Amino acid sequence: MCNQTVCLVAAEMERQGISTVVIQLLRHVAEKIHPPRALFVPFKHGYSLDTPGDANRQRAVLEAALQLLEDPSLTAGPVLRDYLPPKG
Amino acid sequence: MGDASEFSLTIRLFLKTYQWRKIDPVPWTPLKKPLSQSKLALVSSAGFVLPDQPHFDESIKGGDSSFREIPSGVDVKTLLETHRSESFDHAGLHKDPNIGFPLDRVRELAAAGRIGAVNHRHLSCMGSITAPGRLIHNTAPPAVRLLVEDQVDVAILVPV
Repeated sequence: MCNQTVCLVAAEMERQGISTVVIQLLRHVAEKIHPPRALFVPFKHGYSLDTPGDANRQRAVLEAALQLLEDPSLTAGPVLRDYLPPKG
Repeated sequence: MGDASEFSLTIRLFLKTYQWRKIDPVPWTPLKKPLSQSKLALVSSAGFVLPDQPHFDESIKGGDSSFREIPSGVDVKTLLETHRSESFDHAGLHKDPNIGFPLDRVRELAAAGRIGAVNHRHLSCMGSITAPGRLIHNTAPPAVRLLVEDQVDVAILVPV
């Protein structure tokens, strides 16, 4: 349910003028809910930013989220992008 | 990979028949200025609370839709993760709360100039809300208004 909850909060933020990106752990849920900008990450529940204690891998997820925010080709939602974690 | 197969049969059956809330129309706020000049806030649905904040109420039918404000200066290791779900492994969040509330990481982004600033407060909620009407109509709008008053430009929202 966490996936839906953050999508609904993101929608309210966008309505009030804040640009958002939501991390999503269940692709099929994001496809049903239609959050404005979503980054689907291939991690298990509880591990949304990848590996505990690994700042580089966590930063990589955030960087992908930021790139989604600043992509000038995106002018309307819903946008759902797949995150590809760094190898290794 | 995050997949419904992680869950128990009971939860899988619930999710199979659950009526997800489709966002329609989809609101869209374009980025107003470069990220290097933008103020960022986080929203986490991991149920994080400060040690002196009330925990989320597990007895509320359909889920507790309230929010907690998390100050930006907090040491993330002092946050208490109170997510009520037993359907996922909480060990990672206990080891490093940044994987559900990446406050240390966004501070680093601000220090590096990738974003303009980290807002002085963030939002925490309990993600396991099965009846989101109160969230949509009653609690999310005023919680978001706080961030609007703070002149937050962008937000990253993290479920668990």
